[in-house]
Amino acid sequence: MQETISFTPQLGPSMIAQILWLIPAVPMVASGVIALLKQPKRRTAASLAIGSLGFSLLLALAAFGHVLAGWSHGAGTRETVNFTWIQFGSTNVDLGWVLDPLSAVMLVMVTFVGLLIFIYSTGYMAHDENFTRFFCFLSLFAGAMLGVVIANSLLLLFMGWELVGLTSYLLIGFWYQKPAAAAAAKKAFMTTRVGDVFFLLGIVWLFAQTGTLLFYNNGAGSMEHTALAGLLAQHAAWGLTAAGAIGLLIFAGAAGKSGQFPLHVWLPDAMEGPTPVSALIHAATMVAAGVYLIARVYPLMSAGALTHGLLSGTTAALTVVTWVGAFTAVFAALIAVAQNDIKRILAYSTVSQLGYMMAGLGMGGVAVGMFHLITHAFFKALLFMGAGSVIHGCHEEQDVRRMGGLKADMPLTFVTYAIGMLALCGFPLLFSGFWSKDGILEAGSMWSVSKGPFYMLVFGALLTAFYMTRQVSYVFFGVNRGEQHAHESPKSMTTPLAILAFFAIALGAIGTPAWPWFKAFLNGQAAGFDLHGFAEPGLLALMATSTVVVFAGLLIGWSLYGNKSPKPETPDVLEAAAPLPWKWLRDRLYVDEFYGVTVIAFYGWWGRVADWLDRRVWGGAVSGVAWAFRGWAHLNRFLDTNVVDGGFDKGCEELSTGGGLLSRVENGRVQSYLRLLALGFVLLVAFLIWSSRA
Amino acid sequence: MNPLAGYLLVAALLFAIGLAGALTRRNAILVLIGIELMLNAANLNLIAFWRYGPHPEALTGMMFAIFSIAVAAAEAAVGLGLVIQIHRHAHTTDLDAMNRMKG
Repeated sequence: MQETISFTPQLGPSMIAQILWLIPAVPMVASGVIALLKQPKRRTAASLAIGSLGFSLLLALAAFGHVLAGWSHGAGTRETVNFTWIQFGSTNVDLGWVLDPLSAVMLVMVTFVGLLIFIYSTGYMAHDENFTRFFCFLSLFAGAMLGVVIANSLLLLFMGWELVGLTSYLLIGFWYQKPAAAAAAKKAFMTTRVGDVFFLLGIVWLFAQTGTLLFYNNGAGSMEHTALAGLLAQHAAWGLTAAGAIGLLIFAGAAGKSGQFPLHVWLPDAMEGPTPVSALIHAATMVAAGVYLIARVYPLMSAGALTHGLLSGTTAALTVVTWVGAFTAVFAALIAVAQNDIKRILAYSTVSQLGYMMAGLGMGGVAVGMFHLITHAFFKALLFMGAGSVIHGCHEEQDVRRMGGLKADMPLTFVTYAIGMLALCGFPLLFSGFWSKDGILEAGSMWSVSKGPFYMLVFGALLTAFYMTRQVSYVFFGVNRGEQHAHESPKSMTTPLAILAFFAIALGAIGTPAWPWFKAFLNGQAAGFDLHGFAEPGLLALMATSTVVVFAGLLIGWSLYGNKSPKPETPDVLEAAAPLPWKWLRDRLYVDEFYGVTVIAFYGWWGRVADWLDRRVWGGAVSGVAWAFRGWAHLNRFLDTNVVDGGFDKGCEELSTGGGLLSRVENGRVQSYLRLLALGFVLLVAFLIWSSRA
Repeated sequence: MNPLAGYLLVAALLFAIGLAGALTRRNAILVLIGIELMLNAANLNLIAFWRYGPHPEALTGMMFAIFSIAVAAAEAAVGLGLVIQIHRHAHTTDLDAMNRMKG
């Protein structure tokens, strides 16, 4: 059990685990300080934000090194620091943080990518009036996200979760004077709320069942064996165990944050925010929070996989995660094909890749999904920042049809963007995306429930290669169709691109089948370099398949779009071939419109009903009462003016008349006073004499 | 008729004369003289009641009368001073002309 004194960490955790809370706290404090700065204090704001996150990065690296050292000695590290937050009666609500391979990897990724994006932002936002506000929000975001990562309690995670939701709202709506940005911010906030309601229900249910929200607590946490066994014994509706039902509720929250179908609609609109925000929040970190959450509660999701699942090796919750992820991957990739906004293409690509991660988690476990999360964070941040550099260089143009030929004007951006694009497509052997996507496809090919997700994901890979080729051809090849000449971006923007490009290639090395370092590290096993990893049955065939698919996508894309540079007004090649499906895809398969005529229409109707009720029924009752009181008041006024006031006025009149009469006596002549005095005296004497006689 | 009644009658007469003077004269000085007469009628009464009262040996009435005379002297001084000031101000000592004392 917990010690009763709050804020006293248990004995045992190492130094670095005990000060782990500093990692989110420092950027948050920096954000608070920046909030107090005046608008012109740009340098101070940027230095504070970058400095605090740099400090967090150093701490994160130290924590990572600590976990690494423990792992190299052959033991998986999992250190927790828990404390009681609130105590009512005999119930404790505990919070805490955890240092294990999963959180260590995420910490390094978030702080590193975040730091690069902060630096990039100093260039990208250099001319913005509200520079300090931007860095205040960015810092707050970084703190909140790091809070999500280190949380050892579902409640603490939820707090960080809602805070990143808030900062996402603030940053999407950063240019709030643009109506589209304001609307997108609202949409993002409300759509993720839908998932969060389910998430909160899951949290409450979990607390009710297990009495704790801590993940790990020396055997008493909710992700540990005792609690899970209890949850498995409990049956909810539709043949689900309580574990499965809670897992699905939590997945609904993750789906909202990670833009899974059907809650993906906010993510493409979120691109109205500044590009560094798109890169940091809506590509690399926040949207990955949903995937991280599922990885964190994976013991819950996979609980009873062998005994209670539909088939051996999986559970109902994981099956749902897989199908939703696979469907989202294909669905978003299809839409991305027909988009023309450079950031919107990347946004749909992000949705699609998040689907891959979810499917990877569902079919292959934590390591597979998380590996794609990490590699994706690097190359998608790279792509978004490259897109930001392009937009910057093209004078805020975002339509890919009005770009072209930029490879000569922006060589550094082109090279790094091409690396990011090839990583995203999964170009064989050289790029990180290939290995992480391959892990997911491998898991899919071995999944026992169905081969459906595997084929969907392969098709998604084809589409990914295709739409990225289309985008790159439009932007960097052919001739420039914009009105103005493009220019290369400043060093503060291109340097982070180069660093990210390096990692977009190099990160693949830690997750190849021959050296599955990442998987071993997350699972706390030993990793060895062994070329026989490739000799697993079917693996080479799978790699060959995905290679063929990627090349097919690249070639089809290049043959349709390469160096063609059509006029912006002419219809797309595919549009000319199949106008109707193209229109469907361009209009994003009408999900928004569907919500418009269902959910939003319902709420509009319900709002009108409520309005009618308010005006007619409740308003009528209120105005009836008001009317009655007004009548009563009129009666009172009549009585007042005619009865009370009349009497009072008469009395006053008499008093004043009497006063007038009496005042004649007081005429100012001293002798008349004296006479009255004498008269009174005589009367008094006469009375005395008369009365004494009697 | 005992001697006290004679004193009281004289005092009453004196008071009545003083009152008549104070009420009928228009000249402020004459009104003051009337008031003095009334005061002295009161003094006469004090002495008379002391002398024929139950304790003629206690000198209380005489003391009272002397105080009264002293106060009357002060009052006369203040009254005459006021009359002089009014005369300087309004060039008259007619009391009917001084009717500005009402509130």
